This record gives sequence, C-alpha cells and structure tokens, in this order.
Amino acid sequence: MTRTARRTRRTLQTAVAGATALLALSACSSSDDSSSASDSPGTASPSDELSGTVTVFAAASLKESFTTLGKEFEKAHPGTKVTFSFGGSDSLAASIPGGAPADVFASASPKTMKIVTDAGDATGTPATFVRNQLEIATLPGNPDKISSLKDLTDSGLKVVLCDKEVPCGAAAQKSLDAAGLKLTPVSYEQDVKSALTKVELKEADAAVVYKTDVHAAGGKVEGVDFPESADAINDYPIAQLKDTQNADAAKAFIALVQSSEGQKVLTGAGFLKP
Amino acid sequence: MTELDKTGAAAGAPRGGPRRRRIRGRRGVPLPLLVPALLGLAFLIVPLVALLVRAPWRSLPELLTSAEVWQALQLSLVCATAATAVSLVIGVPLAWLLARVEFRGRGLVRALVTLPLVLPPVVGGVALLMALGRNGIVGKSLDDWFGITLPFTTAGVVIAEAFVAMPFLVISVEGTLRAADPRFEEAAATLGASRFTAFRRVTLPLIAPGVAAGAVLAWARALGEFGATITFAGNFPGRTQTMPLAVYLALQSDPEAAIALSLVLLTVSVAVLAGLRDRWMTAG
Amino acid sequence: MTDTRDTAPGPRSDGRAEGLDARLVVGRGAFRLDVALTVAPGEVVALLGPNGAGKTTALRALAGLTPLTAGHLRLDGQALEPTPPESRPVGVVFQDYLLFPHLTALDNVAFGPRCQGSAKAEARAQASEWLGRLGLADHAGAKPRKLSGGQAQRVALARALATRPRLLLLDEPLAALDARTRLEVRSQLRRHLAEFEAVAVLVTHDPLDAMVLADRLVVVEDGRVVQEGAPSHIARHPRTDYIAQLVGLNLFRGTADGHTVRLDAGPCVTTTEDLSGPVFVAFPPNAVTLHRERPAGASARNLWHCEIAGLETHGDQIRADLTGELPLAADLTTVAAAELDLRPGAAVWATVKATQTHAYPV
Repeated sequence: MTRTARRTRRTLQTAVAGATALLALSACSSSDDSSSASDSPGTASPSDELSGTVTVFAAASLKESFTTLGKEFEKAHPGTKVTFSFGGSDSLAASIPGGAPADVFASASPKTMKIVTDAGDATGTPATFVRNQLEIATLPGNPDKISSLKDLTDSGLKVVLCDKEVPCGAAAQKSLDAAGLKLTPVSYEQDVKSALTKVELKEADAAVVYKTDVHAAGGKVEGVDFPESADAINDYPIAQLKDTQNADAAKAFIALVQSSEGQKVLTGAGFLKP
Repeated sequence: MTELDKTGAAAGAPRGGPRRRRIRGRRGVPLPLLVPALLGLAFLIVPLVALLVRAPWRSLPELLTSAEVWQALQLSLVCATAATAVSLVIGVPLAWLLARVEFRGRGLVRALVTLPLVLPPVVGGVALLMALGRNGIVGKSLDDWFGITLPFTTAGVVIAEAFVAMPFLVISVEGTLRAADPRFEEAAATLGASRFTAFRRVTLPLIAPGVAAGAVLAWARALGEFGATITFAGNFPGRTQTMPLAVYLALQSDPEAAIALSLVLLTVSVAVLAGLRDRWMTAG
Repeated sequence: MTDTRDTAPGPRSDGRAEGLDARLVVGRGAFRLDVALTVAPGEVVALLGPNGAGKTTALRALAGLTPLTAGHLRLDGQALEPTPPESRPVGVVFQDYLLFPHLTALDNVAFGPRCQGSAKAEARAQASEWLGRLGLADHAGAKPRKLSGGQAQRVALARALATRPRLLLLDEPLAALDARTRLEVRSQLRRHLAEFEAVAVLVTHDPLDAMVLADRLVVVEDGRVVQEGAPSHIARHPRTDYIAQLVGLNLFRGTADGHTVRLDAGPCVTTTEDLSGPVFVAFPPNAVTLHRERPAGASARNLWHCEIAGLETHGDQIRADLTGELPLAADLTTVAAAELDLRPGAAVWATVKATQTHAYPV
C-alpha cells in the first residue's frame, strides 16, 4: 500500500512537472506570436512558415500524451491543426500502405513500424522516442495479493492477456518465456485497452498491460511491477511518411515529440525515456 | 470509376441491346430504376469479388486445414445456432406480445427492443458486462447464488450474439404477426383453444415463414458478430474465439490468413443461407 | 355440456328456460348495440340488417369475442358472461370460414375435439364422422386452399358442429360464395340447420338467405331491433322503409314439375326454371301487378284472386298485404293505388310474370 501511495505521489509530482513544462511551452509560443506580430527578428522558431493540417497515426497507448502535445503544437504554430487517429499499431500500419492519409506514424513496436518501412512508405529511419514497460494491472487495493508474474498462474485467478498478434501480447509472452512460466488466461484481448477494461470492470482479476495504461486508468486499477518486464521493453518508433502533404509540419511535430518538453509530457504519462 | 463505367454500359444495353432481354424483363425495366439497381448490386458484389481476387489461393489449403480454423468455424456455427435458438425461445413470444397485446408504453418497448440494432456492438458488449458480468447488476447475483459467471465462456458468446441478433428476429416476426389475420386466433378460441394453444397450434404455423426468415437473419447476424462478443466473452481459442474474432486478429499480423478465414465464413454462410432459402422461405 | 334435448322441450321442471336468452349491449364510441334475443332450441334465427347495423358485433358478443358493456347472456339457463370464448359451448362459422390453412380438412374439424381434451385418434375419428355426415369424406386429406367455396363452407360447418355446441353462430354463411354455388350450398345448409337440435343464430344482409334459412327474422338497424317475426309476416308487414325494401320478397315452398310449381299453399306458379321436386319460389313485391277486373289475355298465367288485408305507405310506395288464394305482398305506387281505388277488404286480381319469378331447389 505504501508503495502505491508513494508511487502516486511521485506520479503527481511528474504530472505537475509536466504541466509546468507545458505552461512554459505555451508562454514561449505566445512570445513567439507577439514577436512575429511585431516583426522582430531573433527567434529561431519555424512557426512562421508552418500551416495546414498534420495527420498523426499513433498507437492507442499514446492517446493522452499525444493529444496534449497536439494542442501545444497548435498553440506554438498558429494556423496549424493536428488531427490524430489512435488505434492498434497493427491496424494503423496495415492502413498506411493502403493509402491512409497520414503524415506521421508513431507505432508501439518496431515490428509494426517495419510493415510501413518495408512498404517504402516512411521517409528516413524511424526514431525510437519512448519505451514502454509492462506492468500487472490488478483490482484496486490488489485484493488477490498479486506481487509477481508467477502469482498470475494461480488457477483461481482470471487473468487476461493481449493477443499474441498485438504488441502488448507479444511482450507479455516474452516476459513469461523469460520467467519460464506457463499462463493460461481466460481471454486473449484484441488490444491493451480491452484488456485493461476487463480489470476496470472487475471481470478479470488481473491483466498484463503497459505502465502507461495503468497510469491512464487512474485509481480504477492498481499497478504491480515485475522484474521480467525488463526483458520485454517495447520501443516506440516514430517516422515521417513519404506521402505527406505537409512535410515541414510533420518534421516539426516529430521534433516536438523528441524535445525535452515532449519527453516530459510522455514520461509524465508513464513512458520510459529511450 | 471503372465500376461506374461498367454499370453505365450495362444500363445502356436494354435500349440498344438484343430484344430478347427486354422480353425477359416482361415490360422493360425503366432506366431510373435499372441504373441505381445495378449500381447497388455492384456496390455489394465488388468488395466480395475483390476478396476472391486477392485471396491467397496457393496457401489456402494449408491455411484452411489448420486445427485452429476448424475450431473457430465450429464454435461460430454452434454459437450462432444456439443464439438463434435462444432468440426463438424468447424472441417469438416477445414479438407476439408486441403485436397482439395492447399495453401502455408499447411504442417505447418496441423502440427499446430495436435498440441493439443501432447500438455499436462494442457498447452492447460493455452493457452486457455491466448487466451479466461478474460484477454486473444481475451477474453478481448469478455468481453469488449459483457460482455462474458468463464472461469468458462459450455461453457468454451465445448471449452476446443473441443480444445483437434477437432484434432482427423480433422485428421480422412482429411484422409477420401484424400481417397475419388475428381472427384465426379467434376462430381457434371458439373451438375451445386457450390463447396459448391457439398461438402454438394456429398462429405459429401460420407465421412460420416469417419466423424462419427472422431466424435466418438472426443466425446470419450472430455468425458475423464481433464487437459484443469480444467485449463480453473475450477471445480464447476453442472457447470464445469465433471466426470473426479469428479474422480480426489474423488481420493484425497476417492479412492473407484473414482473407482466407473470411472466405471460409463467406462460403459456409452462403451455403447455409441458400440451403435454408430453398427449403423454407420459398415455401411461405 | 350435457345434451338437454332429450328432456321435455320448453321450460324444464326446475323452471329454467332452455335455449338462448340474451340482451346484448355493446357500446363502442358513438355506436351502441342493444339487442334482445330469445331463441328456443331447434330454432334458427336470422339477424338481418344493413352493413354496419351491428349484426356481427352481436354475433361476436354471443361468442365472447367482444365483451358485453351491459345486458345479460344465458344459454340453457346458464350465465355465459364470465365465460371466456374457449369455454363457451358455442360454435362459429365465420364469414370467410377461417379454416386453418396449414391443416387438412380433417385436422381442421378435429381441432375442436382436440382442444376439448380428446386424444388425437379419437378426435380424428369424430372429425371423420362429421365430414362424412356433410358429404366431405373424400376431401378429408385436402388442405383448405384445395377446397371449393362450397366445400370450405361445409368444412367450416363441420368444424363448428364437431365441438357439439349448444349455440351455433353463422356469420354471413353464404356471402363468400359465387351465385351458382350459393344456391346449392344454401339448400344444403338449410337441411343441416334443420337437423341441428340446439340454438342457431345466423347473421346476414341478404333477405333471401335469411328467409330460406331461418324460422324467425330479427331485423337490426343502427344497433337496435326494429322488427322481428316469421319471414312471411315481416315481408307483408314491414315496419320500416328499410325492411320494406330489404324484405320485399314473396317466398313459397312447392313441388316443381317442369316449369310449373304447385305451391304448398294451393295454387300453381309458372316459372322460367325447369326443375322437379321440392323447390322454393320467390319474387319481389314490385313484380306483382294488381287489377280490379280479371285481366284478359293469357300472357300472365300466374293469376290469383286475392283480397286486400292491409295497406302500408313507405315513401312513395304502398305495400299491399293480400290474402285469398295466395298470401302475397305487392308494391305499387300511390298513384296506381288511387286509380285502383284500393282499400282493405277490396277484391283484386294479382298477376306475376314468369320471368320475374325465381325458383330453386330446397
């Protein structure tokens, strides 16, 4: 319990830090505005040239942090608009070679990014911008006293995993293999949010999900770290897409994600730095 | 665009084409009906044709003989049939109630019955979890008193499918009941039949074609059910992984396998529906 | 239901009346049906009236398909109001028969006995017997849509009779038939009704059907009984203009031999139909021409010497009630009546052209 409380406090602190960073960011952008309005030179901001819409396809786990970053981007560069399509990395990746109108793709796994690069739809080499680690999500208060991955193999527990076809499922399997454990869940969910929902609705006793998802769920689930998660840390690559209509804005958005301000928002949501 | 051109060419055919075609259409098909009709046909058929064209024919035999596919197919057929049976047992009486009994708020009840038609199936699944889940308002009692939990079970799949499919049956049967002459029930009453006997021995046989049509619709809907199923019953091979779930998850990593699985589902449903049509629906 | 026909007819020793004793009051919006109906066992009563008069409502009330607003309904001394339709000893032949299309003729007829608790084989045996009695043994296995109108009507009658009702209701029993079949079915139905030992009530808007089939007419207009009595009486003493027009029919029984029919009442009538055996002869009152002097010439061979028993005015028409050689109703205009100086007690000659008579087998 104390550990959780401590973690919550730490999270809060991070969130406050993030918010402060954002305030600074917006303050900075407003000064950009005023400077451009007064035609005063000296600021290196590219905001003057940027306009139009940036369409970002991003893994569902990035929803909260990218939405925040998108708003900041629009504030920093008036006249631009960032639209998002959040979804399973796999479906997004599959849709890009099919002609989906995206400028930036942020994936939850190198494997799914590879679908896009193999199809020749990415510009340059994708960059890893964050990493995500698995965590066990349990019911609030951890009534089943789950403290390790091994505890999940207890037959009395209803555990849900992501399907092996989706990144969180593949990562969970990797951790289980590393621990030499065999786990039969009640369900292989189609994505990480569904897995988490099952615990939130108390239909399942535990799920193996990302730290960020536990973070986003607030108090509805409780996170339990496990050491084997280190064997299955997910890299999140981001890339600009070849068919972009707005290359400058796409570049600028990727830069924001990789900037220290962007990293603050992302780590505030539970991501690890690359 | 090529599709449009094709339909355009086809539409022009009756005018300049051989006379035989016009005779076959009895009095000729008016162009303002023919063009949209052919467009509609193309709209429905072309995606299916595309699926056939892009199907990985070479690797198909290998994909289709895998135990997992058969497991999913078998589960799909069993669950869709069970869901149809559940819908019949409780849906037909519900349709009768809506068609034959006057009560206050009947319009509202009818609207509620058709709600699952417009509800996104995933929301339907969440709603089912909240009602029948381990922690749901009804499910909690089921668990506490009988130790029954429905999520993550095959029974859960049947329930999710029935929830989504039953409105099709109810609407179809209610429509047939309204069209059927209620005086047959009166005639049965004057012959000594209770209302239930009249329903069972007279009304039910009379509306059988409508019930069959509704059951086929419900079955087809249940067979393709995805959202409510995966949300309420989860996804576990052999227990709750039906074909649509298998297709969706295969799509994540192996689109070719997904297409192959879809073809299986398509073939089986076309075969079953065509078979039923011949036996039931033309008789009515 | 026990068959009370075996006991002495009329009031029973316990003082309770046999047969039907009803006052049917049904209110529905602005329409109100209020009909008193008393029918003895073995009697056939026809409710006659225009469409919308409330005849069918009365029938439905008797069957229990429409609840009574007020009044009473007793059958063989037993109150039927609280009894639901399925428990009433009532059989109904519906206007379009409502034979169950998915059942064979046999199973349609067996339906009632089955519902009354007979085993399947037993019910079928009974049904088979009824079909045989109505001359339908050959059609037992036929589905209703394979039956002709007349056959369907008889199956419907067999189905109603198979429940052994104490009250048989017939709603426009001949309306669904074409003119040809109608003649034949009408005489058959008349025989079957004559054999029926309990109360029979039929509803019709056709005066000919009513007069042929019923022992007594009850004329209903706007939900009320406007006149009731024997068909011949009503034909000659119509109490409203509607009845005068509706029941304007002279109807006689007789025995035909070629184009000549010897009426049971005595005289002969020449008809256009070539028949033999028992027949009905009918002609409307306006087909009767009255003369003060015996008309010369042989064109009107149907000539009878009568006396005027009464005159009633209906609009611009006068209905003359004649007695004498043949009791007749005759319609004539007020002008003609004045020219002939008609008054009760006057002797007249009545003629009817053969072409205006209509004869058909009983």
